[in-house]
Amino acid sequence: MDKGNKLSRRDFIKISALSAGALSFAAGSLSFIEGCSTVYQPGTRFFSENEFKLVESFAEQIIPSNDWPGGRDAGVANFIDIQLMNPYRRFQEVYRKGLAALENTCRNKFSQKFENLSWDSQTAVLKDMEAGRLEGNIWKDGFSKYFFELLRSHCLQGYYGSPRHGGNKNFVSYKMIGLDEPQIVGENRDGI
Amino acid sequence: MSNKHVNAVIVGAGAGGGVVAKELSEAGMSVVLFERGGWGNYDEHDSDELISQRTTSLGNAFGPDDERYRRVVVNDDGSTKIVVASESEYNNVAACVGSGTVSYGAMAWRFMREDFRMKTTYGHVDGSTLEDWPVCYEDIEHCYEKAEWEIGVSGDASLNPFAAPRKKPYPMPPFAYNKEAIMLESTMKRMGLHPFPIPMLRNSVARNGRAACVRRRSCCGFACPINAKCGTHNTVIPAALSTGNCELRTDCIVSELIIDERGRINGVKYFDKDNHLQEQAADIIVLSASATETPRLLLNSKSKIYPAGVGNRYGWVGRNLQGHAYTGAVGLFEEDIFDDVGPGASIAISDFSHHNRGIIGGGILANEFNRLPYLFTGIRPPGSPTWGRSHKEFQKKYFRRNILVEGPIQEMPFFDSRVDIDPAVKDYWGIPVVRLSGHRHPIDFEGCKFLSGKAELILKEAGASYTWQSVGGKGLSGGQHQAGTCRMGNDPQTSVTDRYGRVHDTSNVFVGDASLHVNNGGFNPALTIMALGYWVAEHIASEWQKGNRFV
Repeated sequence: MDKGNKLSRRDFIKISALSAGALSFAAGSLSFIEGCSTVYQPGTRFFSENEFKLVESFAEQIIPSNDWPGGRDAGVANFIDIQLMNPYRRFQEVYRKGLAALENTCRNKFSQKFENLSWDSQTAVLKDMEAGRLEGNIWKDGFSKYFFELLRSHCLQGYYGSPRHGGNKNFVSYKMIGLDEPQIVGENRDGI
Repeated sequence: MSNKHVNAVIVGAGAGGGVVAKELSEAGMSVVLFERGGWGNYDEHDSDELISQRTTSLGNAFGPDDERYRRVVVNDDGSTKIVVASESEYNNVAACVGSGTVSYGAMAWRFMREDFRMKTTYGHVDGSTLEDWPVCYEDIEHCYEKAEWEIGVSGDASLNPFAAPRKKPYPMPPFAYNKEAIMLESTMKRMGLHPFPIPMLRNSVARNGRAACVRRRSCCGFACPINAKCGTHNTVIPAALSTGNCELRTDCIVSELIIDERGRINGVKYFDKDNHLQEQAADIIVLSASATETPRLLLNSKSKIYPAGVGNRYGWVGRNLQGHAYTGAVGLFEEDIFDDVGPGASIAISDFSHHNRGIIGGGILANEFNRLPYLFTGIRPPGSPTWGRSHKEFQKKYFRRNILVEGPIQEMPFFDSRVDIDPAVKDYWGIPVVRLSGHRHPIDFEGCKFLSGKAELILKEAGASYTWQSVGGKGLSGGQHQAGTCRMGNDPQTSVTDRYGRVHDTSNVFVGDASLHVNNGGFNPALTIMALGYWVAEHIASEWQKGNRFV
């Protein structure tokens, strides 16, 4: 599972996705390449494909790419999607409502989807959301700040938590801060 | 199917209950030890930060679970909300054999003499129920010693000049300092302070058939993969079971005490593994279910004789909920200090535990347990961005270049800080749940500011390029150090139990956990809970052997 292989698969999906009919073919081929693991298709857990893309862009704002991959490539949306099917299912309703509201807000203000906005416009929207400045009834009574904080914390969990939950792909955040993971049971750092 | 009558039922196999189980079964009493969870283990969650006792985002590693457990929290404005067990306001303690002693940071503090004599030392404090304990340090010194030797503590007792006198040293040598502790040791000495290695309930050398600690990064909040951490689950509970007198019943939820028409408590009702309601009769009952669940059990046990719950004639059950407001400071450095030697916390001072000018009580200061990556995302200078490029850059730059010095402030007991029963909400088994309300005494914030100021001075002196204070002390108390809700005392009108933990108005119901604490000291409470377990059990066992059947 080296990095180069991953990128080429991503491109493959993009190309294949040009025609809807090719999608199932792509998924099938990739499962074959990866052996026992299956490739996740957004829209088959909690998030719709649209919601998944929105959360990916949100996550990229929370943890932007620099020398190290950002929230999108680390699989943060995947992490949240998985958690919403189990420990975080109590947040399902909030996500559905909040993501729809965010999309509406962007459509009203920019006539575009959040993920298609310029980087700086996305940042500005999130800053407004964080500060409770978004317009619209839905964002009132603290919902704006609440939903921002919920998403923010879930993004950070996905990026900095254990890869077993679907984020932090290839231990990227641990590598960034120089932590070797998984830890080896019985290792005695102090004894040498 | 009815259960055979036993001499003693113990509810909760944690720090207190585990000790009581061993002492009573070794004294020849037949014992049933109830635990609501099962055996905690390392493999299920190993070093998974998001499911640990430190960070419970995706669930509590050792229970309680979100599906079956609920509590109600009363907000400042009087409104209420229902919280599930992995939410911080739930105030969970681990639901497994050994409870918090499986996953704790394992600091092994004895309280000081002053902690048992707070009112005598500091006088009356307005708005607080601050009081002396009905026992003094000297009364239970031998119990501390027993806990240290039977469960196992590493440390050097000669280095802390403020510690109360002791008869025996620790059974194991202290741990070597990690890199940040080495840096802090010279700093603290330069400042005229008195640093020492933190006494720890961990094996610094192989002992009791278990290996020496290998100092993993993920220690505090996690079970130990090599069993080097000493808890009740791998010491006194196995010892209790090996007597042949103690039966451990896991995955059982005790719902109420069985009260006869004369007011005598004859046993407990409980839901077994298969959620069937059962009864267990016993001569005595020891409640060691935590400072939230023990009062819940008493308050949920009502009869004509106990209309407000057992032991609650004067309305003191569930009052004075305390914990520890953690307070301190963070320092950033321009060189790597993190050496990945667990558990992180390594050095402490007790210079500010008592007799600080203008402050009631105080607390120890120690370097903090390892900040794992997600937890560290919340550690930023005040006003810094909590997301975006600079937040990420900070994570990369300072993860290995920060020190936290902090400690638990001694909280002032506050009558309205409270564990109560919610009138409407019930858990999976239909048992009315705990309702938490109130807040800390305002003095706690003053103490926190004081202690944080000292911590910041130390970090500045250590050469930090930037420091800030992280001041605690407001809001609802409780947490994993929860205590005080069934305080012991000589006056039945202002306490819940006598000096041996026997609940007033009963002849045979005892409390054996942190609920007994009259105040919670400025120290992590685990060793004191264990010591009180020995204290209560010693009384029960010696009376039992004299023929007293507590009728």
